[in-house]
Amino acid sequence: MDKKSNQAIESIDPRITRAKIEQTGDKSDMEDLAHFQTFEVFHQNKRGAQHKHVGIVHAPNPDMALLYAKEQYARREVTANLWVVPSSCISATEYSDDDIFSTTPEKKYRNPASYKVIDRINAFKKRGSKPSDKV
Amino acid sequence: MDSIDALKELLYKMADDQLIIGHRNSEWTGLGPILEEDIAFSSMAQDKIGQSEHLYNLLNQLGEADADTVAFTRNANQFHSSRLVELPIGDYSFSLIRHFLFDFSEHLRFEALRSSAYEPLAQVSKKFFGEIKYHTMHANTWVNQLGNGNEESHRKMQESLNYAWNYALGIFEPGPAENILIDDYIFIGEESLKNRWLDTIIPLLKKSGLTIPSEDTWKPIFGGRTGLHTENLQPLLEEMTEVYSIDPSADW
Repeated sequence: MDKKSNQAIESIDPRITRAKIEQTGDKSDMEDLAHFQTFEVFHQNKRGAQHKHVGIVHAPNPDMALLYAKEQYARREVTANLWVVPSSCISATEYSDDDIFSTTPEKKYRNPASYKVIDRINAFKKRGSKPSDKV
Repeated sequence: MDSIDALKELLYKMADDQLIIGHRNSEWTGLGPILEEDIAFSSMAQDKIGQSEHLYNLLNQLGEADADTVAFTRNANQFHSSRLVELPIGDYSFSLIRHFLFDFSEHLRFEALRSSAYEPLAQVSKKFFGEIKYHTMHANTWVNQLGNGNEESHRKMQESLNYAWNYALGIFEPGPAENILIDDYIFIGEESLKNRWLDTIIPLLKKSGLTIPSEDTWKPIFGGRTGLHTENLQPLLEEMTEVYSIDPSADW
């Protein structure tokens, strides 16, 4: 490549032109970020509710991960609390072992919605009475 | 100058500071050092412009023109913003240092104004106190990270701090009728605010390995509050108002 490739980018956006960004194919900037790691972000919408996994952020440490989690995942939602956990702390099952879960869809009796108590819940809903009442 | 004029002066300088630094910081959108930081910094810039709108609305209730007219139709010499906020974004170390110095002053100003005798301003201050607290957490975390980082990051942060310092002292240019506001329990006054600010930031900067210039070199750069600006403000206003100037009724 000739030297023209190192000229600053010219854009219709004056901010880009002002920033004098050189056009290079240099990837070294990415290597500079090698000390960054990913953090898994968990979001809680109100106190007492469970934290739900919402995605990841890249950051050099937990403090900065929390800063970013706030803007990535809590700038539109109602939020009570955030957790960040280094992705490297997550242990996971292998997708190749997903046959360990293959028969669970059949075991409806393990799902509370199918359990006996549902009769009492429905009876309660119908009568609008107190949960302690005998069915 | 009566009490209402003094109050308007306070509101104008606050609103103009928020609008101009919000616009300045938005210049990093798309150019931030990493994606997450780009989003965070842009989001905070947007917060500041939103805060300025609320303050312009308070001025509107006091008889000034509506927020868009006030924001988009004045010339540089009609702006009450401090000179610190109009300076170009520079490199990221300068933008972070300005973010740190300005946002702590802003946080302490809103903290004090939460108990202002002027109820509408107290309400706005309570509303935005938490939002600005995040801005200071963001600023302090970055300053700490880079101040205590490597030799290069430390040097850049220290140089930017040295450069920004007298401009930052210029935030606290005393208002012409501040005594009225102090007597009426509307505002604690710039001198008290500056002392609270110094008490807050000096230990934080020390923790970040940074030192403020020695006191005998302090020379606050005033002028912004009375419309005397650097050559940087007018081009900023022209860029900010480009669409409005072409079509004031444009909407999206």
